[in-house]
Amino acid sequence: MIVRLAIGSLFARLLTVSMTVLAIGLSVALFLGVEKVRTGAKASFADTISGTDLIVGARSGSVQLLLYSVFRIGNATNNVTWKSYQDIAARPDVEWIVPISLGDSHRQFRVMGTSTAFFEHYKYRQGRDLAVSDGAIMADLFDAVIGSDVAKALGYKVDDPIVVAHGLASFTEHKDQPFRVSGILEKTGTPVDRTVIVSMEAIEAVHVDWKNGAQRPGQATPVDAIRQMDLTPKAVTAALVGVKSPLKTFALQRAINEYSEEPLLAVLPGVALQELWAIVGVAEIALLGVSAMVVVTALIGMMATIFSSLNERRREMAIFRAMGARPTTIFGLLILEAVLTATIGALLGLCLLYLGLFIAQPLLDSAFGLWLPIDAPSLHELWVLCSVVAASAIVSLVPALRAYRLSLADGMMVRT
Amino acid sequence: MLGESGSGKSTLLSLICGTVLADEGQISVSGTNLSTLRSGQRDQFRAEHIGMIFQQFNLLPFGSVLDNILLPLRFAPTRRTRTKEPRHEACALCAALGLPADITSAKASDLSVGQQQRVAVARALIGRPPIIIADEPTSALDADSQSAFLDILFGQVKAYGTTLLMVSHDQRLAGHFDRVVRMQDIAHIERRAA
Repeated sequence: MIVRLAIGSLFARLLTVSMTVLAIGLSVALFLGVEKVRTGAKASFADTISGTDLIVGARSGSVQLLLYSVFRIGNATNNVTWKSYQDIAARPDVEWIVPISLGDSHRQFRVMGTSTAFFEHYKYRQGRDLAVSDGAIMADLFDAVIGSDVAKALGYKVDDPIVVAHGLASFTEHKDQPFRVSGILEKTGTPVDRTVIVSMEAIEAVHVDWKNGAQRPGQATPVDAIRQMDLTPKAVTAALVGVKSPLKTFALQRAINEYSEEPLLAVLPGVALQELWAIVGVAEIALLGVSAMVVVTALIGMMATIFSSLNERRREMAIFRAMGARPTTIFGLLILEAVLTATIGALLGLCLLYLGLFIAQPLLDSAFGLWLPIDAPSLHELWVLCSVVAASAIVSLVPALRAYRLSLADGMMVRT
Repeated sequence: MLGESGSGKSTLLSLICGTVLADEGQISVSGTNLSTLRSGQRDQFRAEHIGMIFQQFNLLPFGSVLDNILLPLRFAPTRRTRTKEPRHEACALCAALGLPADITSAKASDLSVGQQQRVAVARALIGRPPIIIADEPTSALDADSQSAFLDILFGQVKAYGTTLLMVSHDQRLAGHFDRVVRMQDIAHIERRAA
């Protein structure tokens, strides 16, 4: 009956109580949402590359190498010569090696030159293979395979022509050598979705008439003539390497890092991801901290509401006291009220979170390639909800103590 | 107990109910010396022995009439065991107090002031506490309802065999009571003692 009366008392103050519930609900939803994005981003980061033992590039920072080779963010400071590439490929520990050549673009998307081995060895999300949803991988010199986001954003279908631009955000196009879309990849949630993939030879082919970063004046070399030329690459931007035995990874990494002909860098993708996450982690913790403060603010708001309700509720407390309720009962009633409010708020927050996820999931996926799974609340999330309720009980101690004092002083008589 | 406002009636009631402690001397209620009890025991004592009726705003406005009537039983185990069927008894009390039969499920705030005062009587009587304290229970009622209310109150108090301690400033009511204490007389005695 006491609980029923406490709920009745809350309902009697529906407007202020519902505002408090809404504030707690929104703050909880924000906190859980940030948490969701955080873990989702971390997972999709980690899912971007798997099955590759080493990433090799020109000497720079390991994070930088990871960013430009896998995430297509930023640019390489230098290339790796074809000779170095072949030296690495010839090492006995190397099981497979895939070259990557970056630097050109198509609209807002990067163009990546690679070998067909890329489709065999590049794995994402715990060892999943790339799959072609429409068409086939490159067969001809001027074939291109495009990621699902490229196809969706530009409305490309198989057999559509593509003109590759020189450099990034450039107005100079390789329009003398148009490509053909030979295949469209299935959605992966990785940067591959936003990449145009062509062969290494094709990268050479479009640069036949270029020297030192500028187009050679005069007639363009005809496509048929290009096909007759030797299109062996002169350099690669980076290479993905698989080793024969995981035990050999560190030995191979050291060998590449100490390669005397050219300054090279080999990194373990997992280690580089960790490093990258350590950098991003600061912002992540700040974001989490801010959203935690929002929850605290909402709880303090609740405390203020309870405080301001005390005066108008002295009558209510006097009635309880006249019936023989102890001041501790009054104290308990207020804690109970806060816990009820916070519980409803926390549940509302959970509902808002799922509502938000349903709305934001496709948007986040298409805008950032960030896939947030919608599944039952995790143990961690339930723990967060319980903490909010527990915190509400602690916060409400202050007004409850005041109510205790008031009811002790007032007794059954209220002077109003 | 007759007295003008400000004559200390409320303080005396608080002393009897044990929400305020006397600095000196002792207060006995039904043979129990309140100053020997700890504060929790005094609350318990009040719950078990005293049914309280205020001038007005007696009820928790958001509770049902039934919840309001049964509330004291929550704090008084003896009164609770004395009440065999609480719901049935509450309905019987309402009927005896001239309240409509379906009123128990109504929300207390929907009742008229007169009805609220009668529900307060039912709440004070439930579980048969030995003492009913009524603090100017008719002051919020108009003249006609006042006498009707008092008739019902006296009738029920008689039926339940309960002591009624009523506070009023209305001299005309004195005739209804076995004993009348005037606050000014108490004040005289106090002053002489001092």
